[in-house]
Amino acid sequence: MDDTRTGEGGRAETDVSRRSERELVVTRTFDGPARLVFDAWTTPELLMRWWAPKSFGITFISCEADVRPGGTYRFVFGHPQADQPATFFGRYLEVVPNRRLVWTNEESEDGAVTTVTFEEKDGKTLLVLTDLYPSKDALDAAMASGSIGGFSEQFEALDGLLAEIDAAT
Amino acid sequence: MVQYSSPRFDTAFGALADVTRRGVLEHLGRRDASITELADRFHMTLTGMKKHVGVLEQAGLVTTQKVGRVRTCRLGRSRLDEEAAWIERYRQLWEARFNALDKVIEDLKQKEEDDGRHANR
Repeated sequence: MDDTRTGEGGRAETDVSRRSERELVVTRTFDGPARLVFDAWTTPELLMRWWAPKSFGITFISCEADVRPGGTYRFVFGHPQADQPATFFGRYLEVVPNRRLVWTNEESEDGAVTTVTFEEKDGKTLLVLTDLYPSKDALDAAMASGSIGGFSEQFEALDGLLAEIDAAT
Repeated sequence: MVQYSSPRFDTAFGALADVTRRGVLEHLGRRDASITELADRFHMTLTGMKKHVGVLEQAGLVTTQKVGRVRTCRLGRSRLDEEAAWIERYRQLWEARFNALDKVIEDLKQKEEDDGRHANR
């Protein structure tokens, strides 16, 4: 996990593995110093530019983040196929500038605790994100529900549709 | 990347090594069937067929569901396959986010450079 791994087109690879019965780990290297990557994770205006991927058809309605230990966040998203906006909320447990962020996901009782670490080396930043679920059952249930990161399969179905339209034109 | 393949392939190949079990898969490819129907179809005892179905189930090639007294067998994706598929979609979500984040970081770097130039004037 030390080197920058790049995939096709020179883009850094996003790796995911299930590290334990209740833990998922995502790794990715970014071409910039840790303080800038950290800023992008902790400044609402910047978060809004990347957290809701356009390719998933999701748009931000509002983004509030009081990034300090005990501070809360609240992200509200819209999607053309959803009647109701989807709201994600929780609390920051740890905030170590440019190094580490820990927050809760409180949309459901079985939500994960997310830890993100930023490790700078030669001007690049290795980011490791861990979703730790309260139990194996909680992670299994999240997988069984089919929803990804709190977004239902319905959201992705549109993504697939868009990809098909793209391919056809 | 998700690497569940090796032990799973072994189980699957083991399951496929038997002519009856291959026949069962072919049959289930056409329609779902109860264990009793499969036992009749392949001229076996119920116990014998249960064992074969058990091996196929273990390998994730077949899923069974008991309704009342009848256990119905169908071709199935295993739980591990479903998990791998879910993890791949989860990865795609993060990848989409991170590709957008690359652009944000690029802009922040550019802005710092510009600010730096102004400061040096």
